[in-house]
Amino acid sequence: MPLSEELKARIAAEFPKYPEKRAVLLTALHFIQAECGGWVPPDTVPDLATLLGILPIDVEEVVSFYPMYHSDPVGKWHLQICTNLPCCVAGARGLAQALEERLDILSGEITPDGLFSIGESECLGSCGTAPVLQVNNEPFVENLKPADLPALLERLRARAAASGSNGSNGSNGSNGSGGGR
Amino acid sequence: MAFVGYLLPPEGRNWSALADYKANGGYEGAEKAVRQMKPADVLTEVKNSGLRGRGGAGFAAGMKWSFLPADGVHPRYIACNADESEPGTFKDRQILERNPHQLIEGLLIAAWANSIDAAYVYMRGEYRGAFDNLNAAVAEARAAGYLGRNILGSGLDFEIYVHRGAGAYICGEETGLMESLEGRKGQPRKRPPFPAIAGLWKRPTVINNVETMSHVPHVIRKGADWFKTIGTEKSTGSTIFGVSGQIMRPGTYELPFGTPLREIIHEYAGGLRPGRTLKAVIPGGVSMPVLTAETAMQVTMDHDTLQKNGSLLGTGAVIVFDDTSCMVRAAIVIARFFRHESCGQCTQCREGTGWLHKLMMQIEAGKARKSDLDTVDEITRQMEGKTICALSDAAAWGSGWFLRRFRPEFEAHIERGGCPLAGVSFEV
Repeated sequence: MPLSEELKARIAAEFPKYPEKRAVLLTALHFIQAECGGWVPPDTVPDLATLLGILPIDVEEVVSFYPMYHSDPVGKWHLQICTNLPCCVAGARGLAQALEERLDILSGEITPDGLFSIGESECLGSCGTAPVLQVNNEPFVENLKPADLPALLERLRARAAASGSNGSNGSNGSNGSGGGR
Repeated sequence: MAFVGYLLPPEGRNWSALADYKANGGYEGAEKAVRQMKPADVLTEVKNSGLRGRGGAGFAAGMKWSFLPADGVHPRYIACNADESEPGTFKDRQILERNPHQLIEGLLIAAWANSIDAAYVYMRGEYRGAFDNLNAAVAEARAAGYLGRNILGSGLDFEIYVHRGAGAYICGEETGLMESLEGRKGQPRKRPPFPAIAGLWKRPTVINNVETMSHVPHVIRKGADWFKTIGTEKSTGSTIFGVSGQIMRPGTYELPFGTPLREIIHEYAGGLRPGRTLKAVIPGGVSMPVLTAETAMQVTMDHDTLQKNGSLLGTGAVIVFDDTSCMVRAAIVIARFFRHESCGQCTQCREGTGWLHKLMMQIEAGKARKSDLDTVDEITRQMEGKTICALSDAAAWGSGWFLRRFRPEFEAHIERGGCPLAGVSFEV
């Protein structure tokens, strides 16, 4: 899937902020993920490289280096539980296990309906409200307990139904221009 | 005498709107700087205040600024570190979400002092709310004439751009941040040259943490002498301590440097859960050596005191463990984190972080030998002071000091063939 003209224009609109086009790479990848259902499809890479005046490998090595970029599809709702020290001390492991059991998938997998995937995250910077979970790139769900999971998943299912889709859509990530939530 | 902080609005309030910020003294520091002070005077004031970096290393901010070449070398930049990722640290997020204009004002004053053309705020990608909030504040500041061309009639042209990272801890390292901002993997650079000479795009660059910059408006508005009345002689001002772990009231507490850790834990943060006793405290984020309960109850939270007591202040992230916590499990989580976050450039770090994690797992499972404890110690020593950046040292300290300060508990795992606190301690 080549980059749409609209997306190319949004990426190009970032160029004036920097002395070099390449500096827009991380922002552009956030845009692409938001547009493509939470991952960076490999066939977007050559177009992006051309637009930024770099090689496809320059894009690929950045995608693989940063944990927030996914080179494989994720669920419509990608759920990440922080398993760093303050969250573990507050019960994150039990929460992660409860989530896996409830969705009947393991970390790194997607539910058959494409709605949910699970990942683990390093410290999210919410240690005073541990344990914490992040849905896609939305504001954190804080002080989460295993007993809260059914309601959280129900809300997400309802939001997916309201947006008329299951599986991937464009809600993952940020539009990067502020105020998009 | 309760200390009243100056970095954050009162509990439950939010000064993200320009009008609210200005109603509480906002931008008075910037107005004073550009209208009444020469850039060199601003630099002198910041130097005299003793303001030290709040991002972990505690380097003197004014000193750092003075390393920039004399004005005339343009463009020159500020890189503001909002990649807050040190486990246990969640203070900059408070500033970004509740008082973003304070950061903008700090950046503006720093720009005046150092003749800066543009600032890039590098914010960790996960901080979506903070990103939106700061962007909105930047737009409002620009519309009000605090950013853009000829700011407040001073002749200064200055812009702030908010840039999103993508989840890599190493991008909080100053040169890793610069590589990342330029659109590359966040692998730290060899120094020299230092960022003040060749930073972003090889241009002179000032790099400071969000909280550090947020102190600057207060230093200028109220003066260096006022700032020095808070804190200790060599750790001036207040800081935002983040308290987490096994504590009744986890959260952020803005307090003067030099506040006793005992007070932070037992008074401000509400003490331990009923019936529990204190076992260990990490005073400055997981990179910093853990303290035993005995030491923790004696130290004050300032750079000198912590250094004398075998740790460092780091980011002021206080992680509390009570007697239910297994120290080997704590070491596992820290080792796992650094293994995940090593950028892979340097062998000592890339291999060492992996070995530490595997050995800690073996020890916890009761499958290690006594000699493995010496191996852990040896690995950590080989990881210190030998790499391009300090992540390797942090990895070595973070888990290595759990072994050194709680060795009998590590030995007990080996002797019993498993965790003495199984079923009691938190899981990893």
